[in-house]
Amino acid sequence: MIEDLFHEELRSSLDHCVKCTICETACPVAAVTPLFPGPKYAGPQAERFRATGQRPDEASVDYCSGCGLCTMSCPQGVKIAELNAHARYGVKQRKGVPLRDRIITRPTVLGRLGTPVAPLANATLRFRPARVLVERALGIHRDAPVPNFAGRRFRTWARRHQSPSSAKKIVYFHGCGTEYYEPDSGEKVVAVLEHNGYHVEIPDQGCCGLPLQSSGLFGDARKYVQRLARALAPHAGDGTLIVGNATSCTLMLKREAREILGLENDPDLALVSRQTFDICELLLELHDRGELNTDFQPVNETVAYHAPCQQQGHWVGKPALELLALIPGLEVHELDARCCGIAGTYGLKREKYKIAMDVGADLFNQVEASGARVVACDSETCRWMIEHGTRRPSVHPIELLHQAYRL
Amino acid sequence: MSPSLHYDVVVVGCGVAGLTAAARLAEDGARVCVLAKGVGSTHLAPGTVDVLGHDPDIVEQPASALGAFVSAHPEHPYALVGADAIEPALEWFAARIEQGPQPGYRYTGSLERNHMLPTAVGAIRPSALVPETMAEGDAGSQTPVCVVGIRALRDFHASLCAGNLRRAGITSRAIELDLDVGRVEVNSLGLARRLDDPRARAAFAAQLAMLLRPRERVALPAVLGLRDPHGVWSDLRHRLGRPVFEIPTLPPSAAGIRVYNALLACLRAAGGRFILGAEVVGVERQGERVSAVRAHTSGRDTIFGARWVVLATGGFASGAIELGSDWQARERVLGLALSGVPAPGEPRFSADFLGEHPMSRVGVAVDASLRAQGTENVFVAGAALPGAVPWQEGSGDGIALSTGCAVARSVLEREGATAAA
Repeated sequence: MIEDLFHEELRSSLDHCVKCTICETACPVAAVTPLFPGPKYAGPQAERFRATGQRPDEASVDYCSGCGLCTMSCPQGVKIAELNAHARYGVKQRKGVPLRDRIITRPTVLGRLGTPVAPLANATLRFRPARVLVERALGIHRDAPVPNFAGRRFRTWARRHQSPSSAKKIVYFHGCGTEYYEPDSGEKVVAVLEHNGYHVEIPDQGCCGLPLQSSGLFGDARKYVQRLARALAPHAGDGTLIVGNATSCTLMLKREAREILGLENDPDLALVSRQTFDICELLLELHDRGELNTDFQPVNETVAYHAPCQQQGHWVGKPALELLALIPGLEVHELDARCCGIAGTYGLKREKYKIAMDVGADLFNQVEASGARVVACDSETCRWMIEHGTRRPSVHPIELLHQAYRL
Repeated sequence: MSPSLHYDVVVVGCGVAGLTAAARLAEDGARVCVLAKGVGSTHLAPGTVDVLGHDPDIVEQPASALGAFVSAHPEHPYALVGADAIEPALEWFAARIEQGPQPGYRYTGSLERNHMLPTAVGAIRPSALVPETMAEGDAGSQTPVCVVGIRALRDFHASLCAGNLRRAGITSRAIELDLDVGRVEVNSLGLARRLDDPRARAAFAAQLAMLLRPRERVALPAVLGLRDPHGVWSDLRHRLGRPVFEIPTLPPSAAGIRVYNALLACLRAAGGRFILGAEVVGVERQGERVSAVRAHTSGRDTIFGARWVVLATGGFASGAIELGSDWQARERVLGLALSGVPAPGEPRFSADFLGEHPMSRVGVAVDASLRAQGTENVFVAGAALPGAVPWQEGSGDGIALSTGCAVARSVLEREGATAAA
C-alpha cells in the first residue's frame, strides 16, 4: 500500500523526538481547548501506540487543525503535523467521513453550483434561518464565515485576456478562491506580473485537493492534485516558473501533497513542486536581483500584516513584509499572533467553530490594538476569517502592491 | 547554483547566541537573515543568564573568579572573547529585555555577585543576571519560603522542592492548590497563559492568600505570564502583600520563551529577517570563502548568498555536532573542522551521566576572533564552540551572550575594513 510505505517514512522521523515540548509551545489549538491534547501527545507519542495496533485517543486527533506550526518549530525535524494527518486519515478510514466533509472540501463543485446563481446563493448563505437549517442538516456552523460567490469566473476573463508577449514567461496558478470568489485579485496578480515584464500563461486548472486532504479524504485528494500537476507540468517543463497567490494551495503543490499524500514519485508533481513560487516569495527574489519594478506611488494607509500558518510553512520567512516596506506612505504593523483559527475548512465545522474563534482571538485583539484599518494576509480563507473576526477588510498583499503601482 | 537572495550576514540558529549576534549586527546596519531548522534552546532553558556558577566549587563573585578561571582554561570561549567582554554583553541583553515587547519586564544582577536561586528540586543554582520575577528567591534571604504547587502542573513537586530547601538550611514548607485551567493536566506554558488573564489571576491570588502565613515569601513555578510577566508578578506581589518569586520548571520554559520573544522583537525592529523551518544543509565555497548557504525550504532548496556566516547551532547536545558509528565526529551543517575530539582509543564518554564526558568539550575549531578554522568568513558563537561544559560550569547563556556579541564585533570590524578598502 502506498499509504503504508510513506507512512513508514514519516514514522521514522518520530525517533528523533526528544520530548522537548517545543511543538507544544507552537500549537494554537491546544492553547485554547483540552479537546486537542497537543502535537507531542497526538503526534510522536500516540504514534508509538498506533504502530502496535492500539488506538489511543481516537477522537482527539481530529481536533488538530493541520496548521503545521509544530513541524516548523521542531528543532529535531520530526514531521509532527504530517503524522497527525495520517492518524486522522486512519480514523476516517475506520469511522467514515461525514457527508459535510465530502461537500465543503470540494471548492470546484461548490463554485460551479454557486456561480450561476450567485445572488441567490449569497443571500441564502447570509440568511440566518437557512444557516440554522444547514447547521442542523450538515453540521456547518451557522456563524462560520463563508465567502461571496463573485457570480463570474476568473477563467472567463483569463481566456479573453491577451498577455503582452515577452521573453520572460510565467505560469499563473490561481486556485479556486480566485476562480469563484475573488476573480478581481487574479486580475491584479496578472497586472502586477505583467508590470514586471512577464508574459503570463494561465492554463486550465482545477483544485489542488488540500481541503480533501485536511479532512482525511486522501484518495480523492491524490486524484485532484495529480490532475492539477498534469495540467501545470507541460507549461513548466522548460524551466518556466509557476506562481500562485493562494498560499495554502502553492504549499500543497510544493510540499504537502508529496509528504502527506505520499506522491514523491509522481514526476509531474515533482516538477511542479520545484517550479512553484508563492507570489510574494517570487517578487522578493526579483527585488533582490534588482529586477522588481519599484515605481511605487504612495499609499497612505495603516495596515496590519498577518502571515498565515500555511504561508509560514513555505519556510521562507515573511516576504510580504519586505515588499510592503517598499511602498511609500504605507505603515505596516507586523502581527505575531500564530493563527486566525479557520485552517481552511476546520473552523466551518459546527464542533470546531468555537475553537477556531478562540484561536483567532489573539490575532483579532492584535488587529484592534494596532489601529490598522486594513489587514493584509496571504491566504483567502484566513482573510475571510479575519474579516469575520475583526469587521475590517482583509486583502492579499498583492492588492496593496497593485494599488501602489497605480495599475 | 546562484543564490536566490543576498545578505551581508546569514546567521544559522535562533538560540540566544544566534539571536544576539543577529540583532547586534542588524542594529549596526548589516542586512541580516537568521535561518533556523526549528526553535532553539530558549524554550528549554531557565531564562537566567548564568555566567560562572561553579569552578568547581560554587562561585559567589563571578567578577573576581573569572580571571583565574580564564587563565586555567585557555581554550574556553571566555578566554577567547576575554573576561572583560562579558559585562557589556550582559548590559546589552538587559537593555534589550527592558525595551522588549513585555512591558516593564526586566533583569537584575551583575557579575559582582551571583544570585543563589532554588531549582525545581530545591537545589541552589548560582546565576549572575536573572528576571526580576526570580530575584526574590535568593537563598541568602532569611525570610521563610512557602513553595506553592499547582495540581494540574505535574512537573513541579512543591514538597520535594521545600524538603531540599530545608536541608540547605532555608526555612520552607509546601502547599498545593488548584488553578482552573479547564483540563486535568497542563504544562507551565498553559499556566502562564492562564495567569496572563487578570480574572484568573485574581481568583488564584484570593485562594492563595488564605493559605499563607505571616512573613512568608511565595515560591511559584515559573508560570507568571507570557505576554505581561511584569504585570502578573507585580499584581501577585501587590495582592499577596509579600515577595513572590518564580522557580524555573521543566520545559517548556515560560521565562525562556520571554527571552526568545524579546530578542526576536529586537531583531525584527532592527530590520533583520527571520526564517523558521529552513534547515541549512550545505554551503557554496570558493576556497576558504563561503559565498552562500543552501537551506531546505518547501519544494526546493533556497540558496542564501552571504558575505559572512555566523554558525550558532549549538553543540553535541543539540545535534549540530554528531558522532558517527565510525566514531568520526563532524559538524553537520557546514562541515567545519572540529577541536577537542578525543584521539582514537581515548575515552569519549564516562560512565557517570552527569560527569565529565570528553565529547562534551568538542566544538568547531576557531581562532581568537571566533572565526572557524579553514574559512575566511565563518564565525562561531554559543555552544558550537569548544572547550566548555556549560552545565557543570553554570555558564550557558553567559557564553551565548558574550560570544554572540563577539562574533558581531568581529564581522563588523572586518566589514568596516572592507568598506574602507
